[in-house]
Amino acid sequence: MEIFSNILIYFVIIPVLTLAGLALTKNKGIDAIRAVAVTGATALVCLAIYLVYIFLKARGLGNTDPMILRSDVTWYAPLNIKLALGVDGVSVVMILLSAFIVFAGVFASWKMDPLPKQFFLWFFLLSTGVFGFFISVDLFTMFMFYEVALIPMYLLIGVWGSGNKTYSAMKLTLMLMGGSAFLMLGIIGIYFHSSPEGQPLTMNLLEIAQKDAIPHDWQYYLFPLTFVGFGVLGAMFPFHTWSPDGHASAPTAVSMLHAGVLMKLGGYGCFRIAIYLMPFAAQQMGWIFLTLTGISIVYGAFSACVQTDLKYINAYSSVSHCGMVLFAILMFNSTAMTGAVLQMLSHGLMTALFFALIGMIYGRTHTRDIREMGGLMHIMPYLGVGYVIAGFASLGLPGLSGFVAEMTIFVGSFEHQDMFHRVLTIAATTSIVITAVYILRVVGKLLYGAVQDKHHEMLTDAEPTERISTATLIICVAIIGCFPNFFINIIRDSFDPVVKALTSVM
Amino acid sequence: MNLDYSQFLMMPQELGLLAVFLLVFLYDTFMPKSTQKGLPLFATIAFGIYMILGFLPVNEGLIFGDMFQADKATWAIKNILNIGTFIVLLQAVKWANSDFVSIRRGEFYELILLTLFGMYLMISARHFLLFVIGLETASLPLATLVAFEKKHYESHEAAAKYVLTAVFSSAIMLMGLSFVYALSGGNLYFNQLATYLMGEPSLLLVLALAFFIAGVGFKLSLVPFHLWTADVYQGAPTMVTSYLSVISKGSAAFAFFIILVQVFGSAYADVWQWMLYAVIIITITVGNLFAIRQRNLKRFLAFSSISQAGYIMLGVIAANAVGMASMMYYILVYIFSNLAAFGVIAVIERYTGKVTTDDYNGLFKTNPWLAFVMMLAMFSLGGIPPFAGFFSKFFIFVGAAQTGSVAIYVLVLIALINTIISLYYYLLVVKAMFIRQDECAIPTLKSHWTEKAGLWICTLGIILIGLISCIYTSLSGITASLSDVFAMI
Repeated sequence: MEIFSNILIYFVIIPVLTLAGLALTKNKGIDAIRAVAVTGATALVCLAIYLVYIFLKARGLGNTDPMILRSDVTWYAPLNIKLALGVDGVSVVMILLSAFIVFAGVFASWKMDPLPKQFFLWFFLLSTGVFGFFISVDLFTMFMFYEVALIPMYLLIGVWGSGNKTYSAMKLTLMLMGGSAFLMLGIIGIYFHSSPEGQPLTMNLLEIAQKDAIPHDWQYYLFPLTFVGFGVLGAMFPFHTWSPDGHASAPTAVSMLHAGVLMKLGGYGCFRIAIYLMPFAAQQMGWIFLTLTGISIVYGAFSACVQTDLKYINAYSSVSHCGMVLFAILMFNSTAMTGAVLQMLSHGLMTALFFALIGMIYGRTHTRDIREMGGLMHIMPYLGVGYVIAGFASLGLPGLSGFVAEMTIFVGSFEHQDMFHRVLTIAATTSIVITAVYILRVVGKLLYGAVQDKHHEMLTDAEPTERISTATLIICVAIIGCFPNFFINIIRDSFDPVVKALTSVM
Repeated sequence: MNLDYSQFLMMPQELGLLAVFLLVFLYDTFMPKSTQKGLPLFATIAFGIYMILGFLPVNEGLIFGDMFQADKATWAIKNILNIGTFIVLLQAVKWANSDFVSIRRGEFYELILLTLFGMYLMISARHFLLFVIGLETASLPLATLVAFEKKHYESHEAAAKYVLTAVFSSAIMLMGLSFVYALSGGNLYFNQLATYLMGEPSLLLVLALAFFIAGVGFKLSLVPFHLWTADVYQGAPTMVTSYLSVISKGSAAFAFFIILVQVFGSAYADVWQWMLYAVIIITITVGNLFAIRQRNLKRFLAFSSISQAGYIMLGVIAANAVGMASMMYYILVYIFSNLAAFGVIAVIERYTGKVTTDDYNGLFKTNPWLAFVMMLAMFSLGGIPPFAGFFSKFFIFVGAAQTGSVAIYVLVLIALINTIISLYYYLLVVKAMFIRQDECAIPTLKSHWTEKAGLWICTLGIILIGLISCIYTSLSGITASLSDVFAMI
C-alpha cells in the first residue's frame, strides 16, 4: 500500500487508532482513558511539527508544486472519487494549529464527568474529521471529513454541555448541516462541470483549478452555494446565530476545539474551494459577501460589548474575528490573504485560551456572569494573568499574535484600489477600538475591583494539568506575535495560484 | 408447444427459494410437535445457506418466451433483498416462538418466503402479465402477515386497511395497463412496447401512465398514495413492519425503474419524469413534516420511510445507469439502517411493550449497546458520514444531477433541504436516548443471540458498506452493461 508511505495519512490514522484504543478501555478506568487520549494528542503534535519540518525542507530544496506530499488512491472509481492527499503552506499551519488545540483540549477536559470515555471518543472523532479535511484535496473526501467533524458537536454539547444545551446543540447542528446541504449541491455541480466537454470528470480540486472549465454562468450558482455553505461555519452574518448559543452551552474543550479549529474549516473551505475553483464568480459576486462579512466584524464586536456572560462575550468576539478572516480572503490579494491565515492561527489559539480560562474560572466560581464576579486577580493570579494575555492578544497588542494578523489584514485590504473596498476596510477597522472596549471592560470588572462574592476568596489557582493546557497556548500566541516571519514563510507561496487565477479573470 | 425444461436452470435463485420454502413447509407439516420449536431457526439457517449460494453467478438471458429476464442486475437486487430477508428472519426467531405466535410460526416463514418469490417475479418480469402476477403474489400474503398477531385489535385493523388499499391500487394499475394493452394492439412485452409507443403522444397513454404511477405509488407509499402506511406500520407486528418497509419497497422500486425506463422511456420520458418530479417533492416533504410530530416510533419510522422512498425515486427520475446503481445501493444501505432501527424497536417492544420516543429516555444508561445501534441507524438514515447512509445519499444525488437540467438541480436542492429536516427528527431519537434522563428508564435487557446477531450484521453493514467501495463499484459496473434497459432513453 503506497499510501501508507505518505506521512499525511497518519493524521487520520492516529486519531482512528486513538478511537480504537479508547473503545477498548473500561468505562471506569479513567487513568487508562487519559493515557490513551494524551498519547494520541501528543503523537499528533509531534507529527505536525515534523510535517512543518518536511514542508520547509521541501520548499528549501526548490520544490514549487502547489501542493506537496501528493498521493492518490482510487476509492470510488465510477465517480472518480479518490483519496487524494496533499498540503500547501496554509494546510500545514492549519494542521499545526489543530494539533496544538487538540493537545490543549485533552488537558482542559482532564476531569470530564460523566462518561469520560464517550467524551473522548466523540472528541477524537471530531479531530479525525478536522485533520482529514485539511489533508484532502478531493472534494468528496473533504466534504465527508467536514461532516464527520460537525456531527460529534451535537452529542458533545448535548450531553456534556451546560445551560440551554439541547436547544443550542440542535440549533448548531441543524444550521451547520444546512450549510453543508448547500455545499453538497455545490460540490455535485462543480463535479459535473469540472472538465471541458468530452474529458473525464474529476473531483480533484487541483485538476479542476488547472482545467478551469466551470462555465461562467454556472459559477454564478455554484459560488454562492459553496461560499455560504462554508460561510455558515465561518460565522458569516446573518448565519452566525448558532455560534453564540453553541459556544455558551458547550463544555470547555469543545468550545476550544470549535472556535479554535472548526470555525477555521469555514474560512479554509471558502478560500480553497469557493474562490480557488470559481474565480470569475468570486470577482463578480465578492462584494456581496464582503459587505456581509464587514457587517459580521462590526456587529460581532458591538454585540460583545453588551453581553454579560463570559462565553457569550467571546462567542461574539469570535464572530467578529472570524468575519475578519473571510473579509481578508475576499480582498483577493496575497497580503490580505496572508493576514487571513495569520488571523485564523491567532484567533484559534487565543479563543481556545479564552475558553479554557473561562472553563477554569467557571469550574471554580460556578457562574459566568461578570456582574457576579470581581477581584479574581489576587485570588487566582495565574488564571488572571492568562486572561489578560488572551485579552491583549484579542485587542491586538504588539508582540502578541492578534497585532500581526490584524495589521496584515488591514494593510492588505487597503491595498485594494477600489473605493468600495477601501471604505469597507475603514469601517471594519473600527472593530479594533470596539474590541478594546469590551476586552478592557471584562478585564476591569472580572479581575480587578471588589470581590463580589465572599465565597470566591476561598478559591484556588490553576492546577498542573490546567497550567499545561494554558501555558501551551500562551507560548504559541507569543511565538506568532514575535516571530511572524516564520509562519509567513510557510504560507507565502500558497496564495500565488489563487491570486493568479483571480487576476486572470479580471 | 414443448416446454424447454432447461430454461429452469436460468432461474436458480427462484428454484433455490422454492426449495427453502418446501423444506420449511415439510418441516412444518410432518415433523413431530416437540421439534416445532426449532422451526424458526431451521428456516433461518436454510435461508441463510440459500442466501450465500445465491451469490453464485447466473446465466443471462430472456426465457419463457421473453417473459422472464435473468441478468446481473436482477441477480444483484435479488441478493440485496435476500440479505434483508435473512436479517428479518434472524431477528424474528425469538418472536416466532413467543406465546401468541408460536402456534402458527410455520406460516410466518412460509408466507414471507412466498412474498419474496412474488417479488422475484416482479423484478425479473419483462411482460406486464408476469409483473402483475408477481405483484399480487407479493402483496396479498403480506396482508395475512400484517394480521398475524391475532389477539391484537390494531393488527386486524392494519390488515384490513392494507388489503383494501392493495386491492384498490392494483385495480387502478390494471386499469392503466388495460389502456396500454388497447393502444399497443394486445402486446405487453416490455421490449416491444417501447416501439409501439413511439408515435404521437396520446392522452390515453398519459392517463395510463398516471394510473400506473398511482398503482405502484401505493406499494411504495409515495405521497399522495401513502395514507395507509402509518396505520399499517403501527398495527402490524414489528417484524412484519420491518419486512414491509424495506424488502417490499426495494423490490417495487426496482421494478418501477425498469418499467418506466424500458417501456415508457422513449416518447413519454418527459411526461413521467415531470409526474415523478412533483411526486418526489411532496413525498419527501410531507413524509418529513409528518415524521416530526410522531411519538410512536413505528409511526415515526413509517413517515421516515415515506420520505426515504422519495429519495429512492431520485434514482428512478435520473433514468440512467448511475441512477440505477445508486438506487440499488441506496436500497441496500436502507435495508441495513432501517432493519437496525426496527431490530432495536422489536427487542424493546418484545420485552417491555414500549414503543414511544419518551420511553427511550435515558436508554443509553441502561442499554448502551441498543442505544448505540439505534444511534447508528438514525445517523445512517439521516445521511451522516462516515456511515453508509451518507454515501448512498450522495450517490443518488449525483445520479439525479447527471441528467444535467436545472430543474433536477432544484429537485436535489429541495431534497437536500429536506435531509436537514429529517436530521432534526432523527436527532430527537438520539436526544432521547443519550441526553434526556429518566428515573424509570427501560431496564437493562438481555436480548436473544439471534436478535444480537441481526443487529451486529446491521451495524457492520452501516459502518463498512460506505467505506468499502467495491459494492458500489460492482453495482455500477452491472448497470452500465444493461444495454436493453437503456436502449430507448
